[in-house]
Amino acid sequence: MSRAPARAPGAALRGAWGSALRGLRWCARQVDGTDRWEEHLRECAEHGHRPPTRREFERRRADARAGAVSSRCC
Amino acid sequence: MSTAVPSPQSTSSRRRPSARSVLVWTLVALAGATAWTVLALARGESVSALWILFAALASYAIAYRFYARFITYRVLRADDARATPAERLHNGVDYEVTDRRVLFGHHFAAIAGAGPLVGPVLAAQMGYLPGTVWIVAGVVFAGAVQDLTVLFFSMRRDGKSLGQMVREEIGPVGGAAALVAVFAIMIIILAVLALIVVNALAESPWGVFSIALTIPIALFMGLYLRYLRPGRVLEATGIGVVLLLAAIVGGGYVEQLGLAGSLTLSKETLVLALVAYGFVASVLPVWLLLTPRDYLSTFMKVGVIVLLAVSLLIARPVLANDAVTSFAREGNGPVFAGSLFPFVFITIACGALSGFHALIASGTTPKMVAKERQVRLIGYGGMLMESFVAVSALIAASVIDQGVYFAMNSPAGATGGTAESASQFLAGIGITTPPETLTATSQAVEEEIISRTGGAPTLALGISQIFHSAFGGGLQAFWYHFAIMFEALFILTAVDAGTRVGRFMLQDTIGNVWKRFGDLSWRPGNLLASAAVVAAWGYFLYAGVTDPLGGVNQLFPLFGIANQLLAAIALTLVTTLLVKHGRARYAWVPGVPLAWDLVVTMTASWQKVFSDNPAIGYFAQADLYREARDAGRLLGAAQDAGQMQQVVTNSTVNGVLQSVFALLVVVVAVNAAVVVARALRAGSLPTTEVPAVPSRLHEPAGLFATAEEKRGAALAGREEALR
Repeated sequence: MSRAPARAPGAALRGAWGSALRGLRWCARQVDGTDRWEEHLRECAEHGHRPPTRREFERRRADARAGAVSSRCC
Repeated sequence: MSTAVPSPQSTSSRRRPSARSVLVWTLVALAGATAWTVLALARGESVSALWILFAALASYAIAYRFYARFITYRVLRADDARATPAERLHNGVDYEVTDRRVLFGHHFAAIAGAGPLVGPVLAAQMGYLPGTVWIVAGVVFAGAVQDLTVLFFSMRRDGKSLGQMVREEIGPVGGAAALVAVFAIMIIILAVLALIVVNALAESPWGVFSIALTIPIALFMGLYLRYLRPGRVLEATGIGVVLLLAAIVGGGYVEQLGLAGSLTLSKETLVLALVAYGFVASVLPVWLLLTPRDYLSTFMKVGVIVLLAVSLLIARPVLANDAVTSFAREGNGPVFAGSLFPFVFITIACGALSGFHALIASGTTPKMVAKERQVRLIGYGGMLMESFVAVSALIAASVIDQGVYFAMNSPAGATGGTAESASQFLAGIGITTPPETLTATSQAVEEEIISRTGGAPTLALGISQIFHSAFGGGLQAFWYHFAIMFEALFILTAVDAGTRVGRFMLQDTIGNVWKRFGDLSWRPGNLLASAAVVAAWGYFLYAGVTDPLGGVNQLFPLFGIANQLLAAIALTLVTTLLVKHGRARYAWVPGVPLAWDLVVTMTASWQKVFSDNPAIGYFAQADLYREARDAGRLLGAAQDAGQMQQVVTNSTVNGVLQSVFALLVVVVAVNAAVVVARALRAGSLPTTEVPAVPSRLHEPAGLFATAEEKRGAALAGREEALR
């Protein structure tokens, strides 16, 4: 979850600007699914599975979502 | 795990609050009390809209800090030592431990739609005060409580849906009634949402141009995410937003592009277009249209809300609306009929209490929660945010000239459709607005504004005025169409997703009798079920659009009551569950809002069915028009005998539907009362709650990690490293 990213652009910076930049980067990676993808790679490595390509991974997720659309509210 | 690691829930025993915290909360309470006092006492002088904002924000803060905490910790006894379904059943697809801030975003995007924007705009006819009071009090004691508790109980049952929980915890009769109610209510909601879009886009080539372009933009994003750069949501959405803005700007040039004629569509044409769109969208793969559209509308939603909050602070507009208008007392308002009680509570549905949220709080969200106590942030906090949107919408509707407000929101039959006749109509209801004011407003946004009902155009006008005065630059027409686009975008997402969910429900239900039909991958089944759902809401949409009395006027109360009745079902379930769990002494937490909601909805249903005032009672209206038709007379805005017949049919259908909704809720409530009585006698009853499994996750419960949670996480990390 909240693991420190390997080398964030704001990592070297200290203070408010640095943490704001790191926060922004964290948000972007969360929204973008990059964190989830890397998490999956880590899990695969841990269990000794051969990881899928990112394309396969995202496609599997998208297709699984098709049967479970949740409604949007009014 | 060694015993050295503190278990994740290790919450400290109650500590004395620090002096600083006492001071801060006293100041917040004082600020809120001051703002409310100003709102309550100021009459006849100019009142800044910011008082509404501050009153709401201070109330939210206090409610979140104290009441939401009380519910989460004491009433529900959320326990962070217990693994959530996301942790136990983790499968990387729907069960997925999700960061609380990200999940807050997901959940908020799913619950927020056009409802909290439109309801308060319509309710502004009764003045700004009743709306403000109900939006804030309603969310604190009812709406956010419902969302929080339903989310919690569904999470304790591995994310079961509302219908499933009613069936298993209350009984098969109540379960069947709830299922039918949910489906019927969804159809009405879709019809009303689509009606709002139709009213906003009719005779507006600029609007039609921009909205139509959202479809190819979404398709492009879908293909981009599927084939070009899988998973790069930010990139795709960035491109989408830029294209979207270009589409809005481009719409201003439809005249020069020679498209104005072919894009000036009547309401009837738009209905057909929307029905066709809904059908196609429901059978296309989700990744192609629905998912990318959802990304776009989420980003637009969050962006506009932030922009609106900032520009309110910069523009500091003054309220043009009265605190309480005469329509609130006399119930004869032109926007919707009926007195303050119960109709203000029906009209402001989302934003204060929305039954529809119970479907989302028992859908995908409970499967993603990392820690039990995070339901406070996600369920309660998410709903507070929605309420804030409603407050902003109320402000936007209350800062525009009141003559313009009523000219826009009264049906065409009343205003006559021109600036001159609208001005006369306004004089008749005691508002002096020269036709020049109406014409000038219309020119500023480059759209016709007379009888643009449905709330969306009024909100767009308010937003455009606020943005215009905050940022300047003579862009009012752009901002108006930007706001229309923003609303239409997520209404279309809701129509798309709602049709699909309705299709799933239909296939699932009929699948009990006809196995083949329940198979979601069977093409003919998909097409049939989609067509049935689209036809159902399409019927109400068409009836609303062609109704001589104005579709919003006729259908919005039905929509509001339906939504509040759904909330009654959800609150009934939660109250029953608390009693079954042997926690009857806290049953008042959902029980009091349930009682209030039942009184409001049953009174409103009673009046809509039995009132002998034809402006309120559906059947009284049908009788009046039937008699006049038989006598060969024309009434109101009806132009011929056919239209008279139309009013008779629509009012009768609406009246029947209204009665059925109310009866279904009564069935659920009676069934629940039986279960509650049994549980009270036995002390408690077994429920379908999943047994506790210890959690191994370390995640903060609130928005910010406490020092203690950080220590726990650090210890666990070291433990993991040593292993």
